Amino acid sequence: MPDSEVLIEIRGLKYRRGDKVIFDGVDIDIPRGKVTAFMGPSGTGKTTLLRLVTGQLRPDAGTIRVAGEDVTALDRDALYALRRHMGFLFQNGALLTDLSVFENVAFPLREHTNLPDSLIRDLVLMKLQAVGLRGAAEMMPSELSGGMARRVALARAIVMDPEMIFYDEPFVGLDPISMGQIVRLIKRLNEALGLTSIVVSHDVPEIASVADRVYLIADGKVVGSGSPDELRASDSPWVRQFVQGLADGPVPFHYPARDIRDDLLGGEKSR
Amino acid sequence: MSLVRQFRDGAAEFFVAFGAAFLFLLRLLADTPRALARPGLIFRQVHVVGANSLVLIMMAGLFVGMVLGLQFYNTMAKFGAEQSLGPVVVLALVRELGPVVTALLFAGRAGTALASEIGLMKATEQLAGMEMMAVDPIRYVVVPRFLGAFIAMPLLTAIFNAIAILGAWFVAVQMMGLDGGQFWAPMPDNVDVYDDVLGGVLKSVFFGAAAGLLAVFEGYRAHPTAEGVSRATTRTVVITAMTVLVLDYMLTAMLI
Repeated sequence: MPDSEVLIEIRGLKYRRGDKVIFDGVDIDIPRGKVTAFMGPSGTGKTTLLRLVTGQLRPDAGTIRVAGEDVTALDRDALYALRRHMGFLFQNGALLTDLSVFENVAFPLREHTNLPDSLIRDLVLMKLQAVGLRGAAEMMPSELSGGMARRVALARAIVMDPEMIFYDEPFVGLDPISMGQIVRLIKRLNEALGLTSIVVSHDVPEIASVADRVYLIADGKVVGSGSPDELRASDSPWVRQFVQGLADGPVPFHYPARDIRDDLLGGEKSR
Repeated sequence: MSLVRQFRDGAAEFFVAFGAAFLFLLRLLADTPRALARPGLIFRQVHVVGANSLVLIMMAGLFVGMVLGLQFYNTMAKFGAEQSLGPVVVLALVRELGPVVTALLFAGRAGTALASEIGLMKATEQLAGMEMMAVDPIRYVVVPRFLGAFIAMPLLTAIFNAIAILGAWFVAVQMMGLDGGQFWAPMPDNVDVYDDVLGGVLKSVFFGAAAGLLAVFEGYRAHPTAEGVSRATTRTVVITAMTVLVLDYMLTAMLI
């Protein structure tokens, strides 16, 4: 399998929510077996992109091919069949609150396979061991910290041995230790299992340490792409603003508004 | 002018919601056969929904029965008609009060619980999570809860009726001194199994379907925020109560 093989191919993607254009002609290639990151300021639709790729949302135009199949044209059964090859880590874990940690991880196995209980038990404990939470198997989701919940969700996302895994903002709201653990897990899963990983995030140093390829997204377009080192060396003002965290630049500090003089001196009449 | 517009918008909203609820019902029914293949999930919901409401229904049944016994005894004693007390109380309960009061209490207790549970599962992305695990949340979460309510309602109504009748008996016979035989003996001649008892059961079946549908419908379409879930919960009670009362009249008109 050549390195450059593309697992997910997005062409001419357009998506709008109400009047707001979220994506306006986006082309993206996601290589198999690598860690690809989507970065960009909050509110640029990075999470929306994951939902489009996984078929939770339908685009207004364009194609999204995942493993050769056009997600935008699949019916529900075909989509569900494809999703069995996908793992998805939600921002808050999305654990089922009425099931224990063990049952949460076992859930996809119980729903999709007829494996005997003993085998399910072994598989679940192995996955929980991989995320370091075998000892928490009998806890309920409400007893877990944010970082633990995300690791349990990660164990659940990989329990069916998917081909690809999507991480939606995996670093948000974690303490440095939990953050380091998640970074290490993303790396290890990618290296050990050859899992194609797609990460959505705006945490520059963490992404720089795990991603093979980064797409920077803003204003509904891809404004930069390349390896983390290439992006760091980029002289595009957009990329520089984001990577260095500058307050003002192509993404303005001020939300679009009319001239402040008009606003302050014009009074209510002119509104 | 704005009043007219408000009324028009409100009416339009009502019909849109009515249509949406009906389409949702069709979707649930379409998935029901596949959900029936997992009876465990449904029985669990019957258990949860039933246990939620059981104590409330029993307490309410007891006091409704007792108050009926007291009111009717005092009124009928004036006409010397207290020997008809038993059938009158039982007919009122079995035909009308049992199904209706149970459905109203059910909406307040189990219906709100269902709506807020599903709404919260949506708000915390549990439903989206299931979809991503290729598990259909309609089949796994919504249909079992709908069927659970549908099955639980007639059972709860039966319990309500039984306890209410005992409550009326207790007041009339034990407290007011009516003869026990006078209470029970006229029942076979005056309470018809088909017209009265089955008619009441039929009502409770419809109420169960309506209460279950509206609860899961409101929960499933709730805005995935704290405010959205609380609104869905409130709407569940209000709309279910109205629907049950309107349905009750329509069913009564058809059954008589």
